[in-house]
Amino acid sequence: MGLKQNLHNLKEKYKGTKMAPLFNGFHTFLYLPNETTHGGTHVKAADDLKRTMNTVIMALVPCLLFGMFNAGYQHHLATGEIERVTGFFSGNFWNLNNLGVGLIKVLPLVIVSYVVGLAIEFVFCIIKGHEIEEGYLVTGMLVPLIVPIDLPLWMLAVAVAFGVVIGKEVFGGTGMNILNPALTIRAFLFFAYPTWMSGDKVWVNGARELAGSADAISGETMLGSLAQNLTPNYSVSEMFFGFIPGSVGETSTFLILLGALFLIFTKIGSWRIMLSSVIGALVMGFVFNMVADAGIIGETSKFYGLMSLDFWKHLLIGGFAFGAVYMATDPVTASQTNKGKWIYGFLIGFISIMIRVFNPAYPEGVMLAILLMNVFAPTIDHYVVQGNVKKRLKRAKVKTA
Amino acid sequence: MSKDIRIKKGLDIKLVGEAKQVTTELPLGSVFAVRPSDFHGVIPKILAKEGTEVKAGEALFHSKSDERILFPSPVSGKITEIVRGARRKVLEIKITTNGTQDYKSFDKVDVSSMSGEEVKNHLFASGCWPFIKQRPYDVVANPNQAPKAIFVSGYASGPLAANYDYVLEGKQEELQVALTALTKLTEGKVHVSVGSSKSPLAKLKEIEVHHVSGPHPIGNVSTQIAQVNPINKGEVVWVVRPQDLVVIGELLLTGKLNLKRTIAVTGSKINEPKYVTAFAGAQIGDIVKGNLNNDNTRVISGDVLSGLQEGEEGFLGYYDNQITAIPEGDDYEFFGWNKPIFNKISTSRALTFSWLTPKKKYDLNTNTNGEHRAFVVTGAYEEVFPLDIYPMQLLKACMYKDLDEMEGLGAYEIAPEDFALTEFICVSKQPHQKIIREGLDLMREELG
Repeated sequence: MGLKQNLHNLKEKYKGTKMAPLFNGFHTFLYLPNETTHGGTHVKAADDLKRTMNTVIMALVPCLLFGMFNAGYQHHLATGEIERVTGFFSGNFWNLNNLGVGLIKVLPLVIVSYVVGLAIEFVFCIIKGHEIEEGYLVTGMLVPLIVPIDLPLWMLAVAVAFGVVIGKEVFGGTGMNILNPALTIRAFLFFAYPTWMSGDKVWVNGARELAGSADAISGETMLGSLAQNLTPNYSVSEMFFGFIPGSVGETSTFLILLGALFLIFTKIGSWRIMLSSVIGALVMGFVFNMVADAGIIGETSKFYGLMSLDFWKHLLIGGFAFGAVYMATDPVTASQTNKGKWIYGFLIGFISIMIRVFNPAYPEGVMLAILLMNVFAPTIDHYVVQGNVKKRLKRAKVKTA
Repeated sequence: MSKDIRIKKGLDIKLVGEAKQVTTELPLGSVFAVRPSDFHGVIPKILAKEGTEVKAGEALFHSKSDERILFPSPVSGKITEIVRGARRKVLEIKITTNGTQDYKSFDKVDVSSMSGEEVKNHLFASGCWPFIKQRPYDVVANPNQAPKAIFVSGYASGPLAANYDYVLEGKQEELQVALTALTKLTEGKVHVSVGSSKSPLAKLKEIEVHHVSGPHPIGNVSTQIAQVNPINKGEVVWVVRPQDLVVIGELLLTGKLNLKRTIAVTGSKINEPKYVTAFAGAQIGDIVKGNLNNDNTRVISGDVLSGLQEGEEGFLGYYDNQITAIPEGDDYEFFGWNKPIFNKISTSRALTFSWLTPKKKYDLNTNTNGEHRAFVVTGAYEEVFPLDIYPMQLLKACMYKDLDEMEGLGAYEIAPEDFALTEFICVSKQPHQKIIREGLDLMREELG
């Protein structure tokens, strides 16, 4: 009579009651259920949605850990306590001092995101009487990684509530939403509390409190500096490995790349979307480089800084890599056909860089680009599927003619 | 001229318990049952009342929509019970034999000199018509429509399927006669697919032979039709299965309707997987007697993808030539959703390691490995779905009953069995075959 039997008895007891989905949510977290097949295929493949979502979370964990260290590193660097790193395994970065700041600042973000989001999810499941779906497990992990480190927790809680209810539950829950819930949450924050989401006072822990004092520190993201036609003094390797200011988990292109390879290898993430958005971004970046080189946009133009940035560097800075790998590939809101995924991904990359260059007030395009393409994904799919339908009609016509 | 068919998309589900190529003759058995539900879409009109004696080959009922389509008794004996369900729907017609087979005799005929109409009438009279199924809709063929071609899949690619090369051995004569008869029924060709040139079907005349290779569902006839001569709106294709060709052939040659088949008894819960001979409708307990490990076992008439759950009290389906017994999976698995999995099949590599051992045979149980969810993952079905159809879009069209969209997306070309693999790998554990069946039924009702 172990835990398994006790839980089974409890499950039978709760069966049919309002609380059943809640209990089952926790039960199925511990144990794969004892459900057997009825009608249809008698055997099923090993994967379920929990496993799929769990794989994405595993791919996100390195970014989260790096983000914690980076939070401390940026803070201590700005206050002058430590020197710039020289290599990826530098002791200036990987030390408990840095991690301590990360733990204090980042873990609360993670906890608030999960607690608020899952609580809303549970309430909706109980009201509707359906099982708790796993969608929020990934969203809840993404959200803390794409916000600035100093975001007040209550803002996060409000945004999560908004994003889960309006972005997802009103459409019918996991699998039914049109917009990526994590980005809906971020977009809400961005438009509701813009001063907390952009500028040079939000990216480094403590910048806001110290502003105006003798110890004032500033931490501008690379995109921010470039948009002001300043030249940020970070080396390519610092950009690639992620020792730069930015949202919590988006800075390390290196770890995002590893995550992408893991997702592609496990066949959970769509390599088509990832690859085509990179191509799209490179094409747009290259076009802007040509425009800048041709002298159409002069050095005095406010677009010059970002436009003249080497096109491949766009992949290393800002949230582009993170968005393309973890957000654009969300299967529910992306295009669902393979051909559609190519178009969808390409346009995300293309539009991201376009917004980045032409919107100096908020020089991060990937969020808006993905949300925009989320809206257009069904349209893309519609035309791809119509292609198949037309082919079938044509075949029939050739036959009768 | 033969055209080869090769596909890459698909998935072979390799299971423990493949039948050894030895055949055991079984005694006749005592109770048999014919179930109208085996003939999907047919509403039965009972001809043989409870208590009457029938001979093997004598009609039990006919289709309400066409009284020429007769459904014969596989054995001779007394009709002991007609089991009815809700609204007096006929569920089963049970026949108890007296231990000997007494055949109703039909005319021996010379097929080569018969016209199409004569062949048709002979098949009607002898109760062979139900062997001919049609696409679209995957139902017993409507004799009033002319098929543009007839397809026979002589290669079974399903999990643990009976090997046609083995079970058809020595039946060339019957097969040839039956195929000749089929050629009279269509203006087009009779296409037969074979897995190897050793197949008894490979050398037959008057037909077009195709060599097929690739993973399951290459043996599904829809896959072959799509490659050879895809179905367009308004067209009809007829489909016959090789084991039924043998029955038709024997009827034409000898005048006896002999529904005795070689059945593969397979699965990890069978002590000694092998072939046996049995009549359609035989009780499963008789077929697996002494050969079944009946400890928490599911016995299936058919294969693990599209078969019916029966148990020992159940009966062999009218079209089935396979019985599968696998363990029930009604147990919890601790952290089953995130620990590495080595003993189950998966098409992903999300800590599932079946991609490391493509040749390994698995002992799968009936656990769903997760709960039912909305469609979330995209792009996975396409990897195991060889037709030029968008599977998820078609499934959704069936779910929201949009007839135009179903038609446009190719619902005429498919049968529920074509969605067995997508159902198997479905992360959201959706019942694809049921969705498709209901969609096809709706189309048939609305569009005819």
